Amino acid sequence: MHIEILKPGLATTVQDLGRQGNYHLGIPPSGGMDLASVKTANWLVGNDEDAAVLECSLMGPTLRFATGCLVAACGADMAPLVDGQPRAINTAFCVPEGSELSFGFVRDGARLYLAVAGGIDVPHQLGSRSTYTLGRLGGVEGRPLKAEDRLPLAQPQRNVPEGRTLPHNDCRFFGKSHELRVVTGLYEHRVMPESIEQFYSETWSVASEADRIGYRLKGGSALTFKEREPPFGAGSDPSNIVDACYPVGSIQVPSGSEPIILHRDAVSGGGYATIATVISADMNRVGQMQPHHQVHFTRVSMEEALQARREEQKRLERLKCLLIG
Amino acid sequence: MTETALKAPFPGVFYRSPSPDDAPFLEEGQAITAGDTIGLLEVMKQFSEIPAEVSGTVVRFVVEDEAVVEAGQTLLIVASDE
Repeated sequence: MHIEILKPGLATTVQDLGRQGNYHLGIPPSGGMDLASVKTANWLVGNDEDAAVLECSLMGPTLRFATGCLVAACGADMAPLVDGQPRAINTAFCVPEGSELSFGFVRDGARLYLAVAGGIDVPHQLGSRSTYTLGRLGGVEGRPLKAEDRLPLAQPQRNVPEGRTLPHNDCRFFGKSHELRVVTGLYEHRVMPESIEQFYSETWSVASEADRIGYRLKGGSALTFKEREPPFGAGSDPSNIVDACYPVGSIQVPSGSEPIILHRDAVSGGGYATIATVISADMNRVGQMQPHHQVHFTRVSMEEALQARREEQKRLERLKCLLIG
Repeated sequence: MTETALKAPFPGVFYRSPSPDDAPFLEEGQAITAGDTIGLLEVMKQFSEIPAEVSGTVVRFVVEDEAVVEAGQTLLIVASDE
């Protein structure tokens, strides 16, 4: 039981929900950038939510199925094609033995998650199958897929029929303009108050180098930091601090010019002031932003952030009950 | 003669030359063979060579050098005799 990679796409990696508990050693969580789509794709094919899937960024791969399989694609809208015939996203469908699965141009979102009944059975490394390319860890040799790779599949966990689909309200459309909610960061006090207000009032544009490590943004005004004598251990640039931890989702602005939102393959710490943190409920959306999309930041309280997280967890619990009981 | 639109396979920035100092991969009026590089597309810190899907003659470029393009957007038109 395996899938053969005919064309790898642009940056296709094996991901699950990520590896927890090693960030203090410098090993980031990795895992799907849009974990909600990882879970829903898995549930549609009868997998547990933590089965390994393919994360296909901006362009889908072409795959040949050595065995017939039930699959589902969630997240970015790239039309799945079975031997050239279109299938729906957010719906479980069969790929017959020997057939090819490819994808159309991306029409919405940035990352499609392809779940296969049973899940992709690469070895666990530090408790996860997720690929962390910078650390050459997980997935297939810790790297994006390439042509001629073969992905072993595990036995299906549950027998579910084809044609199961997400409720209409749970089929997400991301659009080209994104409102990201943030909470105040540990080092916001280093920035001049009027400069922070400007940061929140402006519209930013996703830079083309945005990837799994960080989302760089352009187009807004440079930040101005407060005057200070650099403390011992901090660099002389005004955006420098004595090294500190970086939360996943934190926003740093090296030299004040281009904000970077750290994502699931990020370094765990360093010497840039983090001015805000994207709330966990909006991190999946960050993973669905294409280069040149527009971004606007909105400040929320910790209570609002936790409430948004509870609501997203409730939505996913409801879907889980519906799809795998 | 049939005209074929060659499209961007993914979103990014389209470059007509291999580097700023080099000549473009293709000029209008030039003959190309399927598989020839029509330009570079830059995204996620990667520069990918985009191959032509058909053979023929470049009729015209639809986007400028360094244009921001979306997936499926037409880059150039090729005329083939079929």
